[in-house]
Amino acid sequence: MRKRKTSFNLVIGGLLVGFFFLMLIVSFFYTPFAVNEMHTTERFLPPGKPYLLGTDNFGRDIFSRIMKGTQTAFLVGAISVLIGLVIGVCLGALSGYFGGWFDRIIAQLNATIQAFPGVLLALMIVAVFGPGTINTIVALSITAIPGFTRITRSGFLQFKEYSFVEAAETIGLGPLSIMIRHILPQIVPALLVAASTGFSSALLAEAGLSYLGLGVQPPEPSWGRMLNEAQGYLLRAPWFSLAPGCVILLAVLGFNLLSDGIRDLFDPNL
Amino acid sequence: MRIRFSPFYLFFLIGILLVAAVVLRVEKKETEHKIVVVIPQDPDYLDPHLASAAGTYEMMFNVYEGLLKPAPDGTLLPAIAERYDITEDGRSYTFYLRPGVKFHNGQTVTTADVRYSLERLMGTQTGQPLSSYFTKVEAVETPDAERIILKLKEVDAALLNNLTTASIIPKDYQELNTHPIGTGPFRFVEYRPGQRVLLEKFDDYWQTGRPFLDKVEFRIIPDREAALLALKNGTVDIYPRIDNNRTAELGEDFYTLRDKQNLVQLLAMNLNRKPFSDHRVRQAVNYAINKDELIELAAFGYGTKLGSGLSPAMANYYEPGLEDFYPPDRAKAQQLLAEAGYQDGFRTVLTVPSNYPFHVDTAQIIVEQLKKVGIKVEIELVEWAVWLQRVYKGRDYEMTIIGLAGKLDPLPTLIRYTSDYANNFFNYKNTEFDRLFQQAADESDQEKRAELYKKAQRILAEDAAAVFLMDPHYTVALRKEIAGYQTYPLYIQDLSTVYRVSKKPR
Repeated sequence: MRKRKTSFNLVIGGLLVGFFFLMLIVSFFYTPFAVNEMHTTERFLPPGKPYLLGTDNFGRDIFSRIMKGTQTAFLVGAISVLIGLVIGVCLGALSGYFGGWFDRIIAQLNATIQAFPGVLLALMIVAVFGPGTINTIVALSITAIPGFTRITRSGFLQFKEYSFVEAAETIGLGPLSIMIRHILPQIVPALLVAASTGFSSALLAEAGLSYLGLGVQPPEPSWGRMLNEAQGYLLRAPWFSLAPGCVILLAVLGFNLLSDGIRDLFDPNL
Repeated sequence: MRIRFSPFYLFFLIGILLVAAVVLRVEKKETEHKIVVVIPQDPDYLDPHLASAAGTYEMMFNVYEGLLKPAPDGTLLPAIAERYDITEDGRSYTFYLRPGVKFHNGQTVTTADVRYSLERLMGTQTGQPLSSYFTKVEAVETPDAERIILKLKEVDAALLNNLTTASIIPKDYQELNTHPIGTGPFRFVEYRPGQRVLLEKFDDYWQTGRPFLDKVEFRIIPDREAALLALKNGTVDIYPRIDNNRTAELGEDFYTLRDKQNLVQLLAMNLNRKPFSDHRVRQAVNYAINKDELIELAAFGYGTKLGSGLSPAMANYYEPGLEDFYPPDRAKAQQLLAEAGYQDGFRTVLTVPSNYPFHVDTAQIIVEQLKKVGIKVEIELVEWAVWLQRVYKGRDYEMTIIGLAGKLDPLPTLIRYTSDYANNFFNYKNTEFDRLFQQAADESDQEKRAELYKKAQRILAEDAAAVFLMDPHYTVALRKEIAGYQTYPLYIQDLSTVYRVSKKPR
């Protein structure tokens, strides 16, 4: 086996993601200012002291709001990826392992969902069921399912032909045990890569929905919503829009690099 | 010396001609006294009797006129009618036609045209009224070539104000919706959907010397960002209702005019729901809200504080002093809440139409202000259609923020608070208010009527029927070389007095 190299992607991605996780944890206990508190006489202050990233049109501290926005972004991202992962893996495993009519139905459903661009589908769901955090999570979960289903299914299709599976069958193990104990561990790396990419696209989609006013409701901070609020003051207070913009960029970049890094780590030939 | 012919001379000559042509062309362009006004939407109908959009009226105000016309201060000016008499009992109005008023097609306006126009609106022939303003008019009579007499079934105090919107059109003219003809200072030239509405000066306009401009173009640009760019790069000259937070970006070449827009922005509380059915809770909310801070934060200071259901833009009917009826007082608010049994405050939902960023901003500030007295408010953003359906028509809400646009007359604004009004989404009921309102509607003496409306406004304030927030000012951004623009307490663009400074009006 070749020696594993620590990849550049993994380090940078890991650092960025780690930074955001740190910010997430800290934000539960401490923000420099109360997130929704309006300092009415200190509006549009440029970055400096005591407002690290300046203040917005109501005199709220932008840095505190970005920190709090991490909660929203990660909550939506994590839950929707988790739901997508669990449902996707179950469906993918069953259809890959057993095949037949079940496989065909799942494949058709997958194709149907994937026929719509992800954000558009999420938009449709939110437009029908109304805005809000829960509906955003539901919408993004549904768009996340097909990707995981496909990866799991192809993994199961591939590995069920291997001799170690046949061996397991000959000693009398049941299908459930084979699926969970023997095949699933083989595709964990691929799922990790997909989860990390999925997380970054969920972040982006959440920001997009909030930007359009369909995600988190004001005054709760969300990166996308902050961008929306800032756009009217683009020239007057550029830091107001730059801050959430850069944060979204860095978070998405971090998760994408991380997923590249994980892929390199487990399978350098890919 | 012999002049030799050389290609050089030829080129030289052509060059001079070209330069001259360009110069002359520029010159020609410059002599055209034209301005471009940016508007956000297409007109709905060019026929003034069918059009209902405010955005249409704001343009066509320059093309059509009624018997009377609004003045910039909200009073009435005679237009097609030179003067009018009202009988003692207020049931008969006699209008005297101004002699020599011409339509854009050259015909002189006759009493038959006026009668035709009014009857078309009333639906006398068709049975289907095009306007609800003239239901109290029994008949329009034209005894001679000078007088138009309106006979009323009952007293209608709002009639004169409503007549400003009753455009006079040529009798039996069928192409109004494609080739509008009116009597206004400008005549219609063309309408290209999604692009522009072009008007040109009407030379036979009855007000001599007006208008100053030769041409007016309304450029249709729905996107606010694009409209701002068009203003800055010189494509358009006037940007009405520019966002107040963008005026700082305009720079040296522009100036702005601001005025009240006769809009009542309010925080409505559903009086049929607990806890807002309790008078003390509504008063507490009133005391908890700091309107000055709100105006500063949401409107950058460009707003006029309100205290009741009318904007001071309606100077004749406005009851001054009510705007400080509930001065910001947290202790008092908490005391009132405690008296009502909510010493720990309560939770509620504030439904806001998401297409109005201004209301959304206002909502965020109100949430913070109410939080300080213990009222926890959650914002719910809804689409405009949902707002209309659920809040306005269905009355299914707890709190909401909306702006109610005023007309020239207080009646359509204050009728909203009468008990049996179909769209009284406040669920406000007060027999005393109803009585005063009805009395005012039956009163033809304007002075007495104003008194009654003032009393009615006081009742709204005392009852805390809503939190009356502000009349946000609208801002018009103009290029420096443009002068003469007049602001109105109405949704209109009057271009008859506008001119370029370089082309001084005669």
